[in-house]
Amino acid sequence: MKILVCISNVPDTTTKVKFVENNTKLDTNGIQWVINPWDELSLTRALELKDDSSTGITSVTVAHVGEASSEPTIRKALAIGADNAIRVNGEPVDAYYVAAQLSEAVKNENFDIILCGIESSDHNGSTVGGMISEFLDIASVSAVSSLSIENGEAVISREIDGGKEILTVPVPFVAVVQKGIAKEPRIAAMRGIMMARSKPVKVVEPIAVDPLTSVEAFEMPETRAACKFIDPATAGDLIDILQNEAKVI
Amino acid sequence: MSVLIYTENWDGKFKKLSFELISYGSKIAEMLNTKAIALSTGNVDDDELKKLGNYGASGILSVNSNNLNVLDNRTFVKVISDIAVKENAKVVLLANNNTGKALAPGLSVRLKAGVGAGVSKLPVSLDPFTVFKRVFSGNAYARVVLNTDIRIITLAQNSFDLTETDNNASINKLDPGVDGSVVATQVKETRKQEGKLLLTDAEIVVSGGRGMKSPDNWGPLTELADLLGGATACSRPVSDEGWRPHEEHTGQTGKIIAPNLYIAIGISGATQHLAGVSSSKYIVAVNSDKDAPIFEAAQYGIVGDAMKVLPKLVEAAKNTRGK
Repeated sequence: MKILVCISNVPDTTTKVKFVENNTKLDTNGIQWVINPWDELSLTRALELKDDSSTGITSVTVAHVGEASSEPTIRKALAIGADNAIRVNGEPVDAYYVAAQLSEAVKNENFDIILCGIESSDHNGSTVGGMISEFLDIASVSAVSSLSIENGEAVISREIDGGKEILTVPVPFVAVVQKGIAKEPRIAAMRGIMMARSKPVKVVEPIAVDPLTSVEAFEMPETRAACKFIDPATAGDLIDILQNEAKVI
Repeated sequence: MSVLIYTENWDGKFKKLSFELISYGSKIAEMLNTKAIALSTGNVDDDELKKLGNYGASGILSVNSNNLNVLDNRTFVKVISDIAVKENAKVVLLANNNTGKALAPGLSVRLKAGVGAGVSKLPVSLDPFTVFKRVFSGNAYARVVLNTDIRIITLAQNSFDLTETDNNASINKLDPGVDGSVVATQVKETRKQEGKLLLTDAEIVVSGGRGMKSPDNWGPLTELADLLGGATACSRPVSDEGWRPHEEHTGQTGKIIAPNLYIAIGISGATQHLAGVSSSKYIVAVNSDKDAPIFEAAQYGIVGDAMKVLPKLVEAAKNTRGK
């Protein structure tokens, strides 16, 4: 079985974002780009499954929509352990565009399991995975917090409100994964970094797709009023303040 | 024309979340000069369905089929998109929760409808149709134009107040002839935590971080949450250490919550943590380090050791609740 992991290239999650051109574009100055945290966990789980020969997973491919400037993120995924990569050479303008491009690029590759992170830490859309399932006409499962292969069958646990469901779904399918899928993201070792240089990256040109959405402008959150401090000796006063001043309890 | 609102029930009962959706959807319907239609799937009795009319839905569609007992994304997507087309929906509204996130993307492709995900306010403009949503995990917001004839919105939980209206709703039972052969998801087992207030539903949340020092120290924190009628949460290091279950982890890679009151005990407030809680209406912080970034996000703060401050809060809460 073959696994595909879709990866997104996002600013390091500690970045203090700033915007330029009348707040219509992200100021990319000084930004360090990383693999989207959930995609990194997906990749880690895919590699864990491949390491276990009983799963029958034979390869892990990463796919990404982005211009040449995002190559370092792809190389990082290869250094962590992916076997090869597909890059669609286009600007990821919106989720629909990205999902359409990824679907087109992989539709004849017969992946059994397609993993997508639950959201990207930049646009927080939570949509690409579900869209790919619809474009490729295959099943999808969302909020996946564990994935294993038992006797050739995918066993998934999915978070529901107030609990979880253990379920099976026949391949091929898209799993949209969240926290829990892997404990810690796998880190590239020196050997992996060396090997990544010679791993194949297939670059495909985008097809014509009209995005459905566009960002008109970004805004910074409203700044909160300064913190009011309460003397720790009379910490109990806080409860009174919450009740009578803030009126939230 | 209509605004179609997908509501969720839990064992036949609606939660506040569904009424928030109806309140929000009815406002959009008013702005578009059209009607709000609530869609319910599964087995819900008429008395319960009727409640959706209290918040502005003029029509209530109830769809029941054995093939909808388990959330199979594509089966649900097909049912909802067929109804959206039939009702000439211009806006399809879902919650930005596990279910909404599972269904909105498939609907987007089927209806060729732009998605505004995690929206927290009414549209800022109708022409072009522009929504306001959080981006960069709460470090910024964006005005996003949905350039399509049909638009999909997923509404952030606890971001819109309930508005009660006269109830003139009519209930219609639909049988869309759900095709069972496309159901791919086979649920083997369901594990539910009974009787526990869900973190994402809670209006008050008391959360602990590394400053709690040991998993054995959670007693007073849980007691405070109980006294205030709230839920408990924790920071990432705490769940990674196994001190608390993963379901309690709030932050960028954990739960994103927006309670009315978030009390952070012994949490320093790293960017990734704040990403999960910054939409809370009030943030209160207790931390021994006066320079901890959590105090920049908090309206009320106490600089002190969690283990010394917590018992005082519990005591005060007991007195208040006792009155």
